Amino acid sequence: MGNDRILLSRRGLIGGLTSSSALLLTGCGESQPPTYGNLLRMGDNFTYAMQRSLLSTTSLVREYDRSEITSMPATGTYDPAIPSTGAHDPEAGLDYAMLRKGAFADWRLEVTGLVDRPTSFSLADIKRLPRRTQITKHSCEEGWTAIAEWTGVPLHSLLSACGMQPTARYVEFYTFDRNADNIDMIDALHPQTILAYGMNGRDLPIGHGAPLRLRLERQIGYKSLKFLRRIVVSDRFQDLGNIKSGWAWYNGI
Amino acid sequence: MSTTGKTKRHSHSGWVRLTHWLIALAVFVLLYSGVAILMVHPRFYWGQAGNDLMRPLFEVPIGPNYHTQQFSAQIPFGAGQGGAATADRLAEPWNQNGWARSLHFLGAWAFLFALIAYLTLGTLTGHARKRLLPKRGELTRHALRQDIKAHLTLPMPAPPPGAPYGLLQKLTYALIVFIALPLMVLTGLTMSPAIAANWPVLLDLFGGTQTARTLHFFSFAAIALFLLVHLTMIALTGPVRHLRAIILGA
Repeated sequence: MGNDRILLSRRGLIGGLTSSSALLLTGCGESQPPTYGNLLRMGDNFTYAMQRSLLSTTSLVREYDRSEITSMPATGTYDPAIPSTGAHDPEAGLDYAMLRKGAFADWRLEVTGLVDRPTSFSLADIKRLPRRTQITKHSCEEGWTAIAEWTGVPLHSLLSACGMQPTARYVEFYTFDRNADNIDMIDALHPQTILAYGMNGRDLPIGHGAPLRLRLERQIGYKSLKFLRRIVVSDRFQDLGNIKSGWAWYNGI
Repeated sequence: MSTTGKTKRHSHSGWVRLTHWLIALAVFVLLYSGVAILMVHPRFYWGQAGNDLMRPLFEVPIGPNYHTQQFSAQIPFGAGQGGAATADRLAEPWNQNGWARSLHFLGAWAFLFALIAYLTLGTLTGHARKRLLPKRGELTRHALRQDIKAHLTLPMPAPPPGAPYGLLQKLTYALIVFIALPLMVLTGLTMSPAIAANWPVLLDLFGGTQTARTLHFFSFAAIALFLLVHLTMIALTGPVRHLRAIILGA
Protein backbone atom coordinates (compact mmCIF):
# COMPACT_ATOMS: atom_id res chain seq x y z
CA MET A 1 0.00 0.00 0.00
CA GLY A 2 2.78 2.37 0.93
CA ASN A 3 4.51 1.72 -2.36
CA ASP A 4 1.25 2.25 -4.22
CA ARG A 5 0.81 5.65 -2.67
CA ILE A 6 4.29 6.72 -3.65
CA LEU A 7 3.79 5.45 -7.18
CA LEU A 8 0.51 7.30 -7.51
CA SER A 9 1.91 10.53 -6.22
CA ARG A 10 4.93 10.31 -8.52
CA ARG A 11 2.67 9.60 -11.44
CA GLY A 12 0.55 12.52 -10.36
CA LEU A 13 3.56 14.76 -10.44
CA ILE A 14 4.67 13.55 -13.86
CA GLY A 15 1.17 13.89 -15.22
CA GLY A 16 0.77 17.33 -13.79
CA LEU A 17 4.07 18.60 -15.11
CA THR A 18 4.32 17.15 -18.57
CA SER A 19 0.62 16.51 -19.12
CA SER A 20 -0.13 14.50 -22.16
CA SER A 21 3.04 12.93 -23.45
CA ALA A 22 3.12 11.01 -20.19
CA LEU A 23 -0.55 10.32 -20.70
CA LEU A 24 -0.05 8.70 -24.07
CA LEU A 25 2.82 6.53 -22.87
CA THR A 26 1.36 5.30 -19.62
CA GLY A 27 -2.00 4.74 -21.31
CA CYS A 28 -4.22 2.39 -19.42
CA GLY A 29 -3.30 2.63 -15.73
CA GLU A 30 -6.26 3.08 -13.40
CA SER A 31 -5.17 6.54 -12.44
CA GLN A 32 -5.02 7.63 -16.06
CA PRO A 33 -7.89 9.19 -17.97
CA PRO A 34 -10.02 8.13 -19.62
CA THR A 35 -10.67 4.42 -19.24
CA TYR A 36 -11.87 3.96 -22.80
CA GLY A 37 -12.47 0.77 -24.72
CA ASN A 38 -13.96 1.64 -28.09
CA LEU A 39 -12.80 3.47 -31.19
CA LEU A 40 -14.79 6.65 -30.57
CA ARG A 41 -13.51 6.97 -27.02
CA MET A 42 -9.97 6.35 -28.27
CA GLY A 43 -10.49 9.27 -30.66
CA ASP A 44 -11.62 11.45 -27.75
CA ASN A 45 -8.55 10.35 -25.82
CA PHE A 46 -6.31 11.25 -28.77
CA THR A 47 -7.91 14.71 -29.01
CA TYR A 48 -7.34 15.20 -25.28
CA ALA A 49 -3.68 14.15 -25.56
CA MET A 50 -3.09 16.32 -28.65
CA GLN A 51 -4.78 19.39 -27.19
CA ARG A 52 -2.91 19.01 -23.91
CA SER A 53 0.44 18.70 -25.71
CA LEU A 54 -0.04 21.19 -28.57
CA LEU A 55 -2.01 23.96 -26.85
CA SER A 56 -0.78 26.21 -24.09
CA THR A 57 -2.18 25.05 -20.75
CA THR A 58 -2.60 28.64 -19.60
CA SER A 59 -4.14 30.32 -22.67
CA LEU A 60 -7.17 32.43 -21.80
CA VAL A 61 -10.45 32.40 -23.70
CA ARG A 62 -11.49 35.72 -25.21
CA GLU A 63 -13.44 37.99 -22.91
CA TYR A 64 -16.12 40.27 -24.30
CA ASP A 65 -17.56 43.67 -23.63
CA ARG A 66 -20.79 44.15 -21.64
CA SER A 67 -22.45 45.41 -24.83
CA GLU A 68 -21.79 42.02 -26.44
CA ILE A 69 -23.84 40.04 -23.90
CA THR A 70 -26.54 38.00 -25.65
CA SER A 71 -29.62 36.02 -24.76
CA MET A 72 -28.92 32.56 -23.39
CA PRO A 73 -31.39 29.70 -23.15
CA ALA A 74 -31.46 27.47 -20.08
CA THR A 75 -31.20 23.90 -21.34
CA GLY A 76 -30.74 20.49 -19.78
CA THR A 77 -32.11 20.62 -16.26
CA TYR A 78 -33.62 24.06 -15.77
CA ASP A 79 -35.02 23.34 -12.32
CA PRO A 80 -33.99 20.32 -10.21
CA ALA A 81 -37.09 20.82 -8.03
CA ILE A 82 -39.44 20.09 -10.96
CA PRO A 83 -39.58 16.33 -11.64
CA SER A 84 -40.12 16.77 -15.39
CA THR A 85 -36.88 18.59 -16.16
CA GLY A 86 -33.86 16.62 -17.24
CA ALA A 87 -32.11 13.98 -15.18
CA HIS A 88 -34.05 14.06 -11.95
CA ASP A 89 -33.23 12.68 -8.56
CA PRO A 90 -36.40 12.85 -6.40
CA GLU A 91 -34.50 13.10 -3.12
CA ALA A 92 -32.01 15.70 -4.33
CA GLY A 93 -34.88 17.54 -6.02
CA LEU A 94 -36.75 17.76 -2.74
CA ASP A 95 -33.60 19.00 -0.97
CA TYR A 96 -33.17 21.58 -3.70
CA ALA A 97 -36.79 22.76 -3.43
CA MET A 98 -36.34 23.29 0.35
CA LEU A 99 -33.08 25.19 -0.07
CA ARG A 100 -34.53 27.37 -2.79
CA LYS A 101 -37.50 28.27 -0.58
CA GLY A 102 -34.99 29.58 1.94
CA ALA A 103 -33.15 31.63 -0.70
CA PHE A 104 -30.26 29.14 -0.41
CA ALA A 105 -29.36 30.39 3.10
CA ASP A 106 -29.01 26.76 4.24
CA TRP A 107 -27.24 25.62 1.07
CA ARG A 108 -23.69 24.34 1.61
CA LEU A 109 -20.91 23.36 -0.77
CA GLU A 110 -18.93 20.48 0.66
CA VAL A 111 -15.29 20.25 -0.37
CA THR A 112 -13.67 16.94 0.58
CA GLY A 113 -11.10 14.43 -0.62
CA LEU A 114 -7.42 15.30 -0.94
CA VAL A 115 -7.58 18.56 0.99
CA ASP A 116 -5.98 19.34 4.37
CA ARG A 117 -9.13 21.11 5.58
CA PRO A 118 -12.39 19.57 4.32
CA THR A 119 -14.81 22.49 4.41
CA SER A 120 -18.51 23.14 4.11
CA PHE A 121 -19.02 26.56 2.54
CA SER A 122 -22.15 28.68 2.75
CA LEU A 123 -22.93 31.02 -0.14
CA ALA A 124 -21.78 33.94 2.06
CA ASP A 125 -18.48 32.13 2.77
CA ILE A 126 -17.91 31.68 -0.96
CA LYS A 127 -18.69 35.33 -1.66
CA ARG A 128 -15.98 36.34 0.83
CA LEU A 129 -13.33 34.48 -1.19
CA PRO A 130 -11.49 36.22 -4.07
CA ARG A 131 -13.90 37.19 -6.83
CA ARG A 132 -13.56 37.16 -10.58
CA THR A 133 -15.95 38.54 -13.20
CA GLN A 134 -15.60 37.48 -16.83
CA ILE A 135 -17.73 37.95 -19.95
CA THR A 136 -17.27 34.80 -21.98
CA LYS A 137 -18.84 32.69 -24.68
CA HIS A 138 -20.66 29.48 -23.83
CA SER A 139 -20.34 26.88 -26.61
CA CYS A 140 -22.98 24.18 -26.47
CA GLU A 141 -22.32 20.79 -28.06
CA GLU A 142 -25.59 21.27 -29.96
CA GLY A 143 -24.02 24.08 -31.99
CA TRP A 144 -25.34 27.25 -30.36
CA THR A 145 -23.35 29.85 -28.46
CA ALA A 146 -24.17 32.65 -26.01
CA ILE A 147 -22.19 35.43 -24.35
CA ALA A 148 -22.80 36.16 -20.66
CA GLU A 149 -21.08 37.75 -17.69
CA TRP A 150 -20.18 35.40 -14.86
CA THR A 151 -19.08 36.34 -11.34
CA GLY A 152 -17.64 33.85 -8.90
CA VAL A 153 -14.68 32.47 -7.06
CA PRO A 154 -11.78 31.02 -9.07
CA LEU A 155 -11.71 27.26 -8.39
CA HIS A 156 -7.99 27.48 -7.57
CA SER A 157 -8.75 30.02 -4.81
CA LEU A 158 -11.38 27.74 -3.30
CA LEU A 159 -9.09 24.71 -3.49
CA SER A 160 -6.16 26.50 -1.90
CA ALA A 161 -8.47 27.80 0.83
CA CYS A 162 -9.06 24.11 1.67
CA GLY A 163 -5.38 23.20 1.42
CA MET A 164 -5.36 21.07 -1.71
CA GLN A 165 -2.79 18.28 -1.45
CA PRO A 166 -0.05 17.87 -4.09
CA THR A 167 -1.30 14.39 -5.02
CA ALA A 168 -4.51 15.88 -6.47
CA ARG A 169 -5.11 14.85 -10.09
CA TYR A 170 -8.82 15.39 -10.64
CA VAL A 171 -11.58 17.56 -9.23
CA GLU A 172 -15.02 15.93 -9.11
CA PHE A 173 -18.31 17.82 -9.06
CA TYR A 174 -21.66 16.49 -7.81
CA THR A 175 -24.94 18.31 -8.37
CA PHE A 176 -28.59 18.54 -7.33
CA ASP A 177 -29.74 17.32 -10.76
CA ARG A 178 -27.89 14.03 -10.31
CA ASN A 179 -25.06 15.00 -12.60
CA ALA A 180 -21.45 14.32 -11.77
CA ASP A 181 -18.29 15.02 -13.68
CA ASN A 182 -14.58 15.53 -13.19
CA ILE A 183 -11.85 17.68 -14.72
CA ASP A 184 -8.07 17.48 -14.70
CA MET A 185 -5.84 19.85 -12.73
CA ILE A 186 -4.86 21.88 -15.81
CA ASP A 187 -8.48 22.92 -16.19
CA ALA A 188 -9.13 23.07 -12.43
CA LEU A 189 -6.30 25.55 -11.82
CA HIS A 190 -6.91 27.64 -14.95
CA PRO A 191 -7.57 31.28 -13.96
CA GLN A 192 -10.88 31.43 -15.86
CA THR A 193 -12.26 28.27 -14.24
CA ILE A 194 -14.65 29.73 -11.69
CA LEU A 195 -17.56 28.70 -9.51
CA ALA A 196 -20.13 31.32 -10.50
CA TYR A 197 -22.86 32.69 -8.24
CA GLY A 198 -23.61 35.74 -10.37
CA MET A 199 -24.74 36.09 -13.97
CA ASN A 200 -25.05 39.39 -15.86
CA GLY A 201 -24.76 41.37 -12.62
CA ARG A 202 -27.43 39.48 -10.67
CA ASP A 203 -27.70 36.28 -8.67
CA LEU A 204 -27.38 33.20 -10.83
CA PRO A 205 -30.91 32.37 -12.11
CA ILE A 206 -32.37 28.92 -11.32
CA GLY A 207 -32.26 27.86 -14.96
CA HIS A 208 -28.55 28.57 -15.16
CA GLY A 209 -27.63 26.59 -12.06
CA ALA A 210 -28.41 28.56 -8.88
CA PRO A 211 -26.93 29.01 -6.44
CA LEU A 212 -23.52 27.93 -7.78
CA ARG A 213 -22.30 26.50 -11.08
CA LEU A 214 -19.00 25.68 -12.70
CA ARG A 215 -17.72 27.78 -15.59
CA LEU A 216 -15.14 25.76 -17.53
CA GLU A 217 -14.43 28.13 -20.37
CA ARG A 218 -12.11 26.06 -22.56
CA GLN A 219 -14.48 23.12 -22.86
CA ILE A 220 -17.93 22.58 -24.34
CA GLY A 221 -20.92 23.74 -22.28
CA TYR A 222 -22.05 20.47 -20.74
CA LYS A 223 -18.82 20.24 -18.72
CA SER A 224 -19.86 23.40 -16.83
CA LEU A 225 -22.11 21.66 -14.34
CA LYS A 226 -24.98 23.57 -12.73
CA PHE A 227 -26.56 23.24 -9.24
CA LEU A 228 -23.35 22.26 -7.43
CA ARG A 229 -23.55 20.59 -4.02
CA ARG A 230 -20.26 18.76 -3.48
CA ILE A 231 -16.67 18.86 -4.70
CA VAL A 232 -14.22 15.99 -4.19
CA VAL A 233 -10.51 16.30 -4.90
CA SER A 234 -9.14 12.96 -6.06
CA ASP A 235 -5.91 11.35 -7.23
CA ARG A 236 -7.55 8.98 -9.70
CA PHE A 237 -9.74 9.16 -12.74
CA GLN A 238 -13.18 7.66 -12.57
CA ASP A 239 -15.99 7.79 -15.08
CA LEU A 240 -18.74 9.71 -13.34
CA GLY A 241 -21.23 9.32 -16.17
CA ASN A 242 -20.19 10.85 -19.50
CA ILE A 243 -18.36 7.84 -20.88
CA LYS A 244 -20.91 5.34 -19.64
CA SER A 245 -23.67 7.32 -21.32
CA GLY A 246 -21.72 7.53 -24.58
CA TRP A 247 -20.31 11.05 -24.41
CA ALA A 248 -16.76 12.33 -24.52
CA TRP A 249 -15.14 13.08 -21.17
CA TYR A 250 -12.88 15.78 -22.58
CA ASN A 251 -14.52 18.41 -24.78
CA GLY A 252 -12.00 21.04 -25.79
CA ILE A 253 -13.43 20.82 -29.30
CA MET B 1 4.90 -2.09 -75.33
CA SER B 2 3.58 1.07 -73.71
CA THR B 3 -0.13 1.57 -74.21
CA THR B 4 0.11 5.29 -73.58
CA GLY B 5 1.96 5.89 -76.87
CA LYS B 6 3.20 9.33 -77.67
CA THR B 7 0.46 11.38 -75.99
CA LYS B 8 2.03 11.80 -72.58
CA ARG B 9 -0.58 10.92 -69.96
CA HIS B 10 0.07 10.58 -66.28
CA SER B 11 -1.69 7.77 -64.52
CA HIS B 12 -2.39 8.39 -60.84
CA SER B 13 0.77 7.86 -58.82
CA GLY B 14 0.80 5.77 -55.66
CA TRP B 15 0.61 8.61 -53.18
CA VAL B 16 -2.25 10.28 -55.09
CA ARG B 17 -4.25 7.05 -55.01
CA LEU B 18 -3.53 6.46 -51.32
CA THR B 19 -4.37 10.00 -50.16
CA HIS B 20 -7.40 10.08 -52.47
CA TRP B 21 -8.94 7.08 -50.73
CA LEU B 22 -7.93 8.14 -47.24
CA ILE B 23 -9.50 11.56 -47.80
CA ALA B 24 -12.55 9.96 -49.46
CA LEU B 25 -13.10 7.68 -46.48
CA ALA B 26 -12.60 10.53 -43.99
CA VAL B 27 -14.93 12.82 -45.96
CA PHE B 28 -17.61 10.11 -45.97
CA VAL B 29 -17.35 9.75 -42.17
CA LEU B 30 -17.34 13.54 -41.75
CA LEU B 31 -20.40 14.03 -43.97
CA TYR B 32 -22.33 11.32 -42.15
CA SER B 33 -21.52 12.52 -38.64
CA GLY B 34 -21.69 16.18 -39.70
CA VAL B 35 -25.27 15.83 -40.91
CA ALA B 36 -26.19 14.18 -37.59
CA ILE B 37 -24.61 17.13 -35.73
CA LEU B 38 -26.37 19.63 -38.00
CA MET B 39 -29.73 17.99 -37.29
CA VAL B 40 -29.43 18.79 -33.58
CA HIS B 41 -29.36 22.52 -34.23
CA PRO B 42 -30.19 23.28 -37.87
CA ARG B 43 -30.03 27.06 -37.40
CA PHE B 44 -27.23 29.31 -38.62
CA TYR B 45 -26.07 32.71 -37.42
CA TRP B 46 -23.43 35.35 -38.09
CA GLY B 47 -20.91 36.64 -35.53
CA GLN B 48 -19.79 35.20 -32.17
CA ALA B 49 -23.07 34.11 -30.64
CA GLY B 50 -26.31 32.56 -31.81
CA ASN B 51 -28.96 30.43 -30.14
CA ASP B 52 -32.68 29.62 -30.05
CA LEU B 53 -33.49 32.97 -28.42
CA MET B 54 -31.73 34.90 -31.19
CA ARG B 55 -32.76 35.47 -34.79
CA PRO B 56 -31.08 33.04 -37.17
CA LEU B 57 -29.58 33.95 -40.53
CA PHE B 58 -31.34 30.92 -42.01
CA GLU B 59 -32.59 27.50 -40.96
CA VAL B 60 -32.11 24.20 -42.72
CA PRO B 61 -35.34 22.16 -42.86
CA ILE B 62 -33.75 18.92 -41.68
CA GLY B 63 -34.39 16.55 -38.82
CA PRO B 64 -36.83 16.41 -35.92
CA ASN B 65 -35.58 19.64 -34.29
CA TYR B 66 -36.52 21.94 -37.17
CA HIS B 67 -39.00 24.48 -35.77
CA THR B 68 -39.98 22.26 -32.84
CA GLN B 69 -38.08 23.66 -29.87
CA GLN B 70 -40.34 24.75 -27.02
CA PHE B 71 -39.32 27.45 -24.58
CA SER B 72 -40.94 29.19 -21.63
CA ALA B 73 -41.68 32.90 -21.89
CA GLN B 74 -38.50 34.99 -22.10
CA ILE B 75 -37.25 36.69 -18.93
CA PRO B 76 -34.95 39.71 -19.52
CA PHE B 77 -31.59 39.56 -17.73
CA GLY B 78 -32.28 43.09 -16.53
CA ALA B 79 -31.62 46.73 -17.25
CA GLY B 80 -28.42 47.47 -19.14
CA GLN B 81 -28.30 44.03 -20.73
CA GLY B 82 -29.42 45.29 -24.14
CA GLY B 83 -32.58 43.22 -24.24
CA ALA B 84 -30.72 39.96 -23.59
CA ALA B 85 -33.06 37.41 -22.09
CA THR B 86 -33.25 33.83 -20.91
CA ALA B 87 -35.92 31.14 -21.25
CA ASP B 88 -36.20 27.53 -20.10
CA ARG B 89 -36.24 24.85 -22.77
CA LEU B 90 -39.27 22.74 -21.94
CA ALA B 91 -38.37 19.44 -23.63
CA GLU B 92 -35.15 17.71 -24.53
CA PRO B 93 -34.55 17.88 -28.29
CA TRP B 94 -33.44 15.03 -30.54
CA ASN B 95 -29.71 14.67 -29.98
CA GLN B 96 -27.24 12.05 -31.25
CA ASN B 97 -24.15 14.17 -30.64
CA GLY B 98 -22.69 11.69 -28.13
CA TRP B 99 -21.43 9.45 -30.93
CA ALA B 100 -21.77 11.96 -33.79
CA ARG B 101 -19.32 14.49 -32.32
CA SER B 102 -16.76 11.83 -31.34
CA LEU B 103 -17.05 10.19 -34.78
CA HIS B 104 -16.72 13.60 -36.43
CA PHE B 105 -13.49 14.37 -34.61
CA LEU B 106 -12.11 10.88 -35.24
CA GLY B 107 -12.80 11.41 -38.94
CA ALA B 108 -11.33 14.91 -38.68
CA TRP B 109 -8.00 13.56 -37.41
CA ALA B 110 -7.75 11.12 -40.34
CA PHE B 111 -8.83 13.88 -42.73
CA LEU B 112 -6.28 16.34 -41.32
CA PHE B 113 -3.33 13.95 -41.60
CA ALA B 114 -4.30 12.80 -45.11
CA LEU B 115 -4.91 16.37 -46.30
CA ILE B 116 -1.57 17.56 -44.93
CA ALA B 117 0.16 14.62 -46.64
CA TYR B 118 -1.65 15.34 -49.91
CA LEU B 119 -0.94 19.08 -49.93
CA THR B 120 2.70 18.57 -48.92
CA LEU B 121 3.39 15.92 -51.56
CA GLY B 122 1.32 17.85 -54.09
CA THR B 123 3.54 20.87 -53.61
CA LEU B 124 6.88 19.04 -53.40
CA THR B 125 6.31 16.82 -56.43
CA GLY B 126 4.95 19.65 -58.55
CA HIS B 127 1.68 17.72 -58.97
CA ALA B 128 -0.35 20.75 -57.90
CA ARG B 129 1.48 23.24 -60.15
CA LYS B 130 1.85 21.03 -63.18
CA ARG B 131 -1.50 19.25 -63.26
CA LEU B 132 -4.09 21.00 -61.08
CA LEU B 133 -3.49 24.71 -61.60
CA PRO B 134 -4.27 26.10 -65.08
CA LYS B 135 -1.13 26.85 -67.08
CA ARG B 136 -0.17 30.40 -68.01
CA GLY B 137 -2.44 31.54 -70.82
CA GLU B 138 -4.69 28.49 -70.49
CA LEU B 139 -7.41 30.24 -68.55
CA THR B 140 -9.05 32.41 -71.21
CA ARG B 141 -12.67 33.32 -71.62
CA HIS B 142 -12.72 31.51 -74.94
CA ALA B 143 -11.23 28.29 -73.57
CA LEU B 144 -13.62 28.38 -70.62
CA ARG B 145 -16.60 28.84 -72.93
CA GLN B 146 -15.41 25.97 -75.13
CA ASP B 147 -15.04 23.62 -72.17
CA ILE B 148 -18.44 24.53 -70.72
CA LYS B 149 -20.04 23.98 -74.12
CA ALA B 150 -18.30 20.61 -74.44
CA HIS B 151 -19.75 19.53 -71.08
CA LEU B 152 -23.25 20.58 -72.03
CA THR B 153 -23.42 18.41 -75.13
CA LEU B 154 -23.57 14.65 -75.18
CA PRO B 155 -21.52 12.58 -75.40
CA MET B 156 -19.42 14.12 -72.66
CA PRO B 157 -15.71 14.58 -73.49
CA ALA B 158 -14.10 11.42 -72.09
CA PRO B 159 -10.31 11.50 -72.18
CA PRO B 160 -8.49 8.64 -70.43
CA PRO B 161 -8.16 8.91 -66.62
CA GLY B 162 -5.42 11.08 -65.10
CA ALA B 163 -3.68 14.26 -66.14
CA PRO B 164 -3.71 16.35 -68.25
CA TYR B 165 -7.08 17.51 -66.97
CA GLY B 166 -9.55 19.72 -68.77
CA LEU B 167 -9.89 23.37 -67.80
CA LEU B 168 -13.12 23.02 -65.80
CA GLN B 169 -11.74 19.89 -64.18
CA LYS B 170 -8.58 21.72 -63.08
CA LEU B 171 -10.56 24.67 -61.69
CA THR B 172 -12.92 22.37 -59.78
CA TYR B 173 -10.17 20.20 -58.30
CA ALA B 174 -8.10 23.25 -57.35
CA LEU B 175 -11.08 24.96 -55.71
CA ILE B 176 -11.86 21.84 -53.66
CA VAL B 177 -8.36 20.82 -52.58
CA PHE B 178 -6.83 24.27 -52.06
CA ILE B 179 -9.82 26.21 -50.76
CA ALA B 180 -12.84 24.16 -49.64
CA LEU B 181 -11.01 21.34 -47.82
CA PRO B 182 -8.55 23.60 -45.91
CA LEU B 183 -11.46 25.95 -45.12
CA MET B 184 -13.29 23.01 -43.49
CA VAL B 185 -10.30 22.43 -41.21
CA LEU B 186 -9.87 26.11 -40.29
CA THR B 187 -13.56 26.85 -39.66
CA GLY B 188 -13.85 23.59 -37.72
CA LEU B 189 -10.91 24.49 -35.50
CA THR B 190 -12.36 27.98 -34.92
CA MET B 191 -15.44 26.45 -33.29
CA SER B 192 -13.32 24.70 -30.64
CA PRO B 193 -13.21 26.70 -27.39
CA ALA B 194 -9.76 25.35 -26.45
CA ILE B 195 -8.24 26.02 -29.87
CA ALA B 196 -9.80 29.48 -30.17
CA ALA B 197 -8.37 30.29 -26.72
CA ASN B 198 -4.92 29.28 -27.93
CA TRP B 199 -5.18 31.01 -31.33
CA PRO B 200 -7.74 33.84 -30.97
CA VAL B 201 -6.63 35.02 -34.43
CA LEU B 202 -8.97 32.33 -35.78
CA LEU B 203 -11.93 34.19 -34.28
CA ASP B 204 -10.77 37.41 -35.95
CA LEU B 205 -10.06 35.69 -39.26
CA PHE B 206 -13.61 34.37 -39.56
CA GLY B 207 -15.42 36.97 -37.46
CA GLY B 208 -16.65 34.66 -34.74
CA THR B 209 -17.69 31.15 -33.76
CA GLN B 210 -21.08 31.28 -35.47
CA THR B 211 -19.69 32.82 -38.66
CA ALA B 212 -17.14 30.00 -38.75
CA ARG B 213 -19.96 27.48 -38.24
CA THR B 214 -21.96 29.02 -41.09
CA LEU B 215 -18.91 29.01 -43.40
CA HIS B 216 -18.29 25.39 -42.34
CA PHE B 217 -21.81 24.63 -43.58
CA PHE B 218 -21.37 26.49 -46.90
CA SER B 219 -18.07 24.76 -47.47
CA PHE B 220 -19.73 21.41 -46.67
CA ALA B 221 -22.45 22.22 -49.22
CA ALA B 222 -19.79 22.99 -51.86
CA ILE B 223 -17.99 19.70 -51.15
CA ALA B 224 -21.24 17.73 -51.23
CA LEU B 225 -22.09 19.33 -54.60
CA PHE B 226 -18.60 18.54 -55.86
CA LEU B 227 -19.01 14.90 -54.82
CA LEU B 228 -22.28 14.68 -56.69
CA VAL B 229 -20.74 16.13 -59.87
CA HIS B 230 -17.53 14.10 -59.43
CA LEU B 231 -19.45 10.80 -59.18
CA THR B 232 -21.79 11.76 -62.03
CA MET B 233 -18.85 12.59 -64.33
CA ILE B 234 -17.18 9.30 -63.50
CA ALA B 235 -20.40 7.42 -64.21
CA LEU B 236 -20.80 9.23 -67.56
CA THR B 237 -17.23 8.87 -68.81
CA GLY B 238 -16.31 5.24 -68.21
CA PRO B 239 -16.60 4.30 -64.53
CA VAL B 240 -14.67 1.04 -64.85
CA ARG B 241 -11.49 2.53 -66.29
CA HIS B 242 -11.68 5.47 -63.87
CA LEU B 243 -11.99 3.13 -60.91
CA ARG B 244 -9.16 0.97 -62.20
CA ALA B 245 -6.99 4.06 -62.60
CA ILE B 246 -7.62 5.45 -59.10
CA ILE B 247 -7.28 2.04 -57.43
CA LEU B 248 -4.55 0.29 -59.48
CA GLY B 249 -2.94 3.28 -61.16
CA ALA B 250 -3.09 1.78 -64.64
